[in-house]
Amino acid sequence: MNPNEIAKDIYDVGVIDWNIRDFHGYSTYQGTSYNAFLIVDEKIALIDTVKKEFSDQLLENIAKIVDPKKIDYVISNHTEMDHSGSLPRVMHKIGEDKPLYCSKMGLKNLSRHFSQKWNYHSVANSETLNLGKRTLTFLETRMLHWPDSMFTYVKEDKILFSSDAFGQHYAGHEKFDDQIGDSIMPHAKKYFANILLLYSPLILKLLEKVTELGLEIDMICPDHGIIWRKDPGKIINAYAKWSSQKPEQKAVVVYDTMWHSTETMAQEIVQGIVEEGVIARPIHIRSSHRSEIMTEVLDAAAVIVGSPTINNQLFPTVSDFLTYMKGLKPKNKIGAAFGSYGWSGESVKLINQELEAMKFDIIDSGVKIQYVPNQDGKDICLELGRKIGKAIKEIVD
Amino acid sequence: MEKYVCSMCGYIYDPQQGDPESGIAPGTRFEELPDDWKCPGCGAPKEQFKKMRTQ
Repeated sequence: MNPNEIAKDIYDVGVIDWNIRDFHGYSTYQGTSYNAFLIVDEKIALIDTVKKEFSDQLLENIAKIVDPKKIDYVISNHTEMDHSGSLPRVMHKIGEDKPLYCSKMGLKNLSRHFSQKWNYHSVANSETLNLGKRTLTFLETRMLHWPDSMFTYVKEDKILFSSDAFGQHYAGHEKFDDQIGDSIMPHAKKYFANILLLYSPLILKLLEKVTELGLEIDMICPDHGIIWRKDPGKIINAYAKWSSQKPEQKAVVVYDTMWHSTETMAQEIVQGIVEEGVIARPIHIRSSHRSEIMTEVLDAAAVIVGSPTINNQLFPTVSDFLTYMKGLKPKNKIGAAFGSYGWSGESVKLINQELEAMKFDIIDSGVKIQYVPNQDGKDICLELGRKIGKAIKEIVD
Repeated sequence: MEKYVCSMCGYIYDPQQGDPESGIAPGTRFEELPDDWKCPGCGAPKEQFKKMRTQ
């Protein structure tokens, strides 16, 4: 990928990772990109680097614009190694004494990733750095999504370098929102659901803050995926919507199964929900990826979880999904549990415990059926589905 | 009553507010928080909190 001028004297010198398919447990069927930005003013600044494996490309991209040794400042908006991984090579190339700007937590966290004694400059919230015609303002955004995270704002160009926020794991030739249109939104939604959902309250506060500060934003440059230049408002509004966690009239029935019995129950439950006029789909965990399931959970009003009982425990993939979902702290959900069992049948109880811990509104004590559901058993599942459908219609217009 | 700040994420525990979502009533001093209490901002354990220096 060649460098890309995104505004006068501002370049994306990042790289495309076409082949990555698993981003620490998040499926990236269409790869991703690591964006890094070069601002060529009286002083030259580099905002973020790329994953270590791509450091050659980064330096080549920079060299197509300026001699890397001419970089005056490096800014680390975020410590995670997909953005900091090339710091050792970059700092070694440009001069290890060049200032490395980061937040206070960035200083702590970078030093726990890298042993080199770089010339760290930790900045306070709203601190500025003048490059000549432009002034950079650093905005602390702790826990969006790491303690070290910050944004860099260029007021003269009205550009917000937003680190991981507003990003998408998407690899393509498109660089900007206007080149790809609406088809980027599912990627942006998946990214939000799997990375930022638990920080929804912080995002709402951040959006208020940005309005309060009167920051004019013409372009948002995240560290992954396309850049929002035509309509940054679109992704901001999407974040406001997703962070408010207002559910749609939709249910997901997530399950695993050993001999199709729990599956049969799942499908009957879905049928009942659908008969109430609510969207529902059964999601077989082993046929899906947890990150895809989580994207469906984002705007669902109900998450119904089914598991067989194996050796008195939940089927392991169900535990995987429940652990993953718990960490992302979804709010405003209706929940219920179900499962087929052989003899001890702990699964419904165990699922209910997890759903309670997640503060779901558990509207039914759950359904468990021994071995293969007969017609009576299926009818009970259908009834549960109807109950869920009705409950959803009550809380979602 | 003194405020404490999480050294991981900057969350400020204000005893006057408490932490109602975790069942901690307003007026609860930091020292009175249970040992297994976690930072509402980032989940870090109680040990990561430091007393805020008064201005």
